[in-house]
Amino acid sequence: MDLFLQNIVNGLQWGSFYALIALGYSMVYSILMLFNFAHGDVFMVGSYIGFGVATALLGLAAMSGIPLPGWFILILTIIFTMFITSFVGVFIERVGYRPLRDAPRASAAITGLMIGIILETGNLAILGARRLSFPQLIESTTYQFGGVYVTDKKILIVGVSLGLMFLLHRFIQKSKWGMAMRAMSFDFQAVPLMGISINRIAPLTFAIGSALAAAAGILYGLAYPVLDPYMGILLGWKAFVAAILGGRGSILGAALAGFLLGFIEIFVAWVFPSTLRDVIAYSIILLILTFRPHGFFGQAHSTQLRL
Amino acid sequence: MALLRVDNMTHYFGGLRAVHNYNLVLEPGHIVGLIGPNGAGKTTIFNLISGIHTPTEGNIELDGHNLIGHHPHEIASMGLGRTFQNLLLWRHMTVLEHVKMACYSQLEYGIWGAFFGSRLRRQEEKRLTAKAMHLLETFDVAGFRSQLAVSLPYGAQRRVEMARAMAINPKVLFLDEPTAGMTPDELNRMISIIRKIHTDFDVAIFLIEHRLKFVMELCERIQTLVFGEVIAEGTPAEIKNNPQVIEAYLGKEDIH
Repeated sequence: MDLFLQNIVNGLQWGSFYALIALGYSMVYSILMLFNFAHGDVFMVGSYIGFGVATALLGLAAMSGIPLPGWFILILTIIFTMFITSFVGVFIERVGYRPLRDAPRASAAITGLMIGIILETGNLAILGARRLSFPQLIESTTYQFGGVYVTDKKILIVGVSLGLMFLLHRFIQKSKWGMAMRAMSFDFQAVPLMGISINRIAPLTFAIGSALAAAAGILYGLAYPVLDPYMGILLGWKAFVAAILGGRGSILGAALAGFLLGFIEIFVAWVFPSTLRDVIAYSIILLILTFRPHGFFGQAHSTQLRL
Repeated sequence: MALLRVDNMTHYFGGLRAVHNYNLVLEPGHIVGLIGPNGAGKTTIFNLISGIHTPTEGNIELDGHNLIGHHPHEIASMGLGRTFQNLLLWRHMTVLEHVKMACYSQLEYGIWGAFFGSRLRRQEEKRLTAKAMHLLETFDVAGFRSQLAVSLPYGAQRRVEMARAMAINPKVLFLDEPTAGMTPDELNRMISIIRKIHTDFDVAIFLIEHRLKFVMELCERIQTLVFGEVIAEGTPAEIKNNPQVIEAYLGKEDIH
């Protein structure tokens, strides 16, 4: 039983990364009807930017002699990194997707792949092949509840993820931009005729998706502190699976499927040898999709941003 | 001075001439109708003026601003509201949200307010909701305010679309077949609603219609479009008795 609960906790943490990244895929899909395949690499870039920001803040704190507590630096790192990475998203939309908005979908799809390769190899060219180690800003404390061990990092990762999802939910349901995004997902054509420019809503969507991926990048760095330029590929693909499994364009679906993916992987690894983890986990997901081809919250021929 | 003025507008789709040498003068407060058989290019004219297509030739001015080359969202902001022949509603958004969404550009709160709420946002939302409710009442759809647009009866969906178009405070309102698919009852209701917004909001209206009764009753002037060309323009009485219009609508009369 304890082991079961322990796996639930681990699955929550692992699923948080997938969920945060999957949200970006889903949001972009729902308004532009294309998947931004560079999104996994935005996660990687976010992680590196987080590394840079955290290192800079630690350096500043050391230089100025002000003993800033680790959690404070972490909060600042998350905020600054999300902010900076959102511009990466805006840039990708501007140079990668906007010029191809009327191009065939296949061209727009490979744009993402190309941008992904550029980000990976660009990173490799600039920073070299050495792996970076993400600074551990908070000390690892382990709390014990019965037989279940929970570290403060796990609480932080799950807490920050859920908090961000809650904010996103409020933004999409209630704010003017969120309404514009939903409107775009229902009918693209009518939106400009209400005086709303698609060229403002599309970059905003990329910005928010990228900021969420950046948050995932930092949280991932806290849990698994080794950064390398290709870290976004497999994680990005898996988050993409979550976005599809949740139902294309469904925000709630993407988040839930992200967590589900985390649970499936963790529980498979609990029962089977860990080398077989992904083989079995993704066979299960393939099976789920066989019976629910539109995902959990997807409907045939619908692309709406739903919650 | 004319509120909306179109001079010598011609448009080609590839090699197909969809609109030829089209002119329009819409004075403030007037209602002008555009009639013509299917495929005559009526909706194309709407799309050209509202910026969805850019005309091959010609000039369009709205309230003294040149519209050529402007994006649809800019033209909408200059004061052109419109509806669509086949209803472009946002299916799973509520009726109230439709109208509030259209007021988007009238909201000034920033990104902080969007995520965390702010005083400006609360004030603006309050004002906006009041405005939206007033519009919904005008169009007789206030009772549906928290229902999803997709769940409404057809006639009500049309009225929601009109309320949404009016929410951007247009100087000119374009209505693309406002009575398509309506029962005679709904038709009469639509006539009185259009009269009402015409006087209450002081908006000039340009509408496409198939039902002559409706056009004759509402419009001060009517244009008849056939194969992209205006073959007749005048008052309802003039149009009714114009042999070319009768021919276009009813076929040629054989006189032996």
